[in-house]
Amino acid sequence: MTIRVRYFASLREKMGRIEDTLVAEDIATVSDVWRVVSTGQPLPEQLLCAVNMEYAKAMDPVKDGDEVAFFPPVTGGLE
Amino acid sequence: MTVKLCETEFKPYAEVDAYQHQALREKEGEFGATSIFVGTMRDLNLGDAVTQMTLEYYPGMTERRLGQIVDEAQSRWNLLDVFVIHRVGVIKPNDTIVLVAVWTQHRDEAFAACRHIIEELKHTAPFWKKETIKDGERWVESTI
Repeated sequence: MTIRVRYFASLREKMGRIEDTLVAEDIATVSDVWRVVSTGQPLPEQLLCAVNMEYAKAMDPVKDGDEVAFFPPVTGGLE
Repeated sequence: MTVKLCETEFKPYAEVDAYQHQALREKEGEFGATSIFVGTMRDLNLGDAVTQMTLEYYPGMTERRLGQIVDEAQSRWNLLDVFVIHRVGVIKPNDTIVLVAVWTQHRDEAFAACRHIIEELKHTAPFWKKETIKDGERWVESTI
């Protein structure tokens, strides 16, 4: 299956690219996607994820054609 | 209900005035309270002078999330209208970053809904701030 993977803000800079196109068969969850694009790293706890532009969790499923995004916590600001 | 992202400077009070006279024309006489939140860029953060800031966002998801926040508020309170504008791109100190305006029958709902929308926006809408300071650039509150 094919997954478009996008990165934002400080993570985009850290990855050194804005997106990847993943073509693989052994991917079932968001966590699997991260493992492939980060060459084997566990998903950092503070990293946020989205599938098809909706917030998602590490164990949420992904399917062919999905867009998965990883990004740092959003800018909150003091209350 | 209107949500928009804006790449150039905007005047929040002129926007609210124009919106009220256009979008709310049909509801004149119905609303008794308008609550407005305006967020403005400061020139100092964490003890450093900030000369400009770049606001990155996730095109598509950011607009969608803002729409969901407004929809949620609408289902919780009796809102006659909501108008949200958020800047993206390069922003200078004293520029308006965000406007949230809420029209209701009574003030309780206007205050509560306006507060709710700005807090949800701050905590869940995908925006990331990169500040330009004397020694270079830095991401704000992104601890990756």
